[in-house]
Amino acid sequence: MPVRVQREDFDAGAEIARLRASDPRIGAVASFIGVARDVNDGERVAAMTLEHYPGMTERALEDIVAQAKRRWDVIDILVIHRVGELKPLDQIVLVAVTGAHRGEAFAACEFVMDYLKTEAPFWKKETTPDGTRWVEARESDDAARERWSAGNTRR
Amino acid sequence: MKVKVLYFARLRESIGRDREELELPSGVANVAALREWLVARGEPWASAFGEIRRIRAAVDQTMATDDAALREGSEVAFFPPVTGG
Repeated sequence: MPVRVQREDFDAGAEIARLRASDPRIGAVASFIGVARDVNDGERVAAMTLEHYPGMTERALEDIVAQAKRRWDVIDILVIHRVGELKPLDQIVLVAVTGAHRGEAFAACEFVMDYLKTEAPFWKKETTPDGTRWVEARESDDAARERWSAGNTRR
Repeated sequence: MKVKVLYFARLRESIGRDREELELPSGVANVAALREWLVARGEPWASAFGEIRRIRAAVDQTMATDDAALREGSEVAFFPPVTGG
């Protein structure tokens, strides 16, 4: 279950092609790419810095991937998350899930993102015209995660 | 008992350091007790812990609740709610 935390950008096409080529049972690939926006909470954002907790971040992502694999019959899951300086239009995160069929792959991909947003130790600091500010956690992210409690396998 | 304490993000900036090695008095044996002990040291810990809602903790790199026990050599981290993705 590959999990990578890195400063460098990633090539989603190449990553997905590599994941897909590994197993002829794969009939579906669901993926998500999170991208840096130029506006957040009504303010222009010129840049952001992503901080993480080396060691724990990788373990948390591996744990989330393991939970998703226990809950859905998927074949493989790839998570790449960037840290350091990012600008609008930059890619932040890639989650790709392979499986025999689309339903499980879609659900597992969304689960991984919902858990990543609330459980993986990353913190964003934005540069706006008024200076820098730490991004506040959103309650909607907690709500998104809660949908999966009690072992739900569909939203 | 000696522990390593790490701070991240806004908490790290407010406290002005990212880690410290601490010798804890007996009785400071879980996450909640450690947080209270740090705040009782005064500034900058008191303000730093006071200005952030819902500070979370990890013990030995696993998310931990207030009642999580500390051991000799534990790595305890405090940080604001996470905002990745």
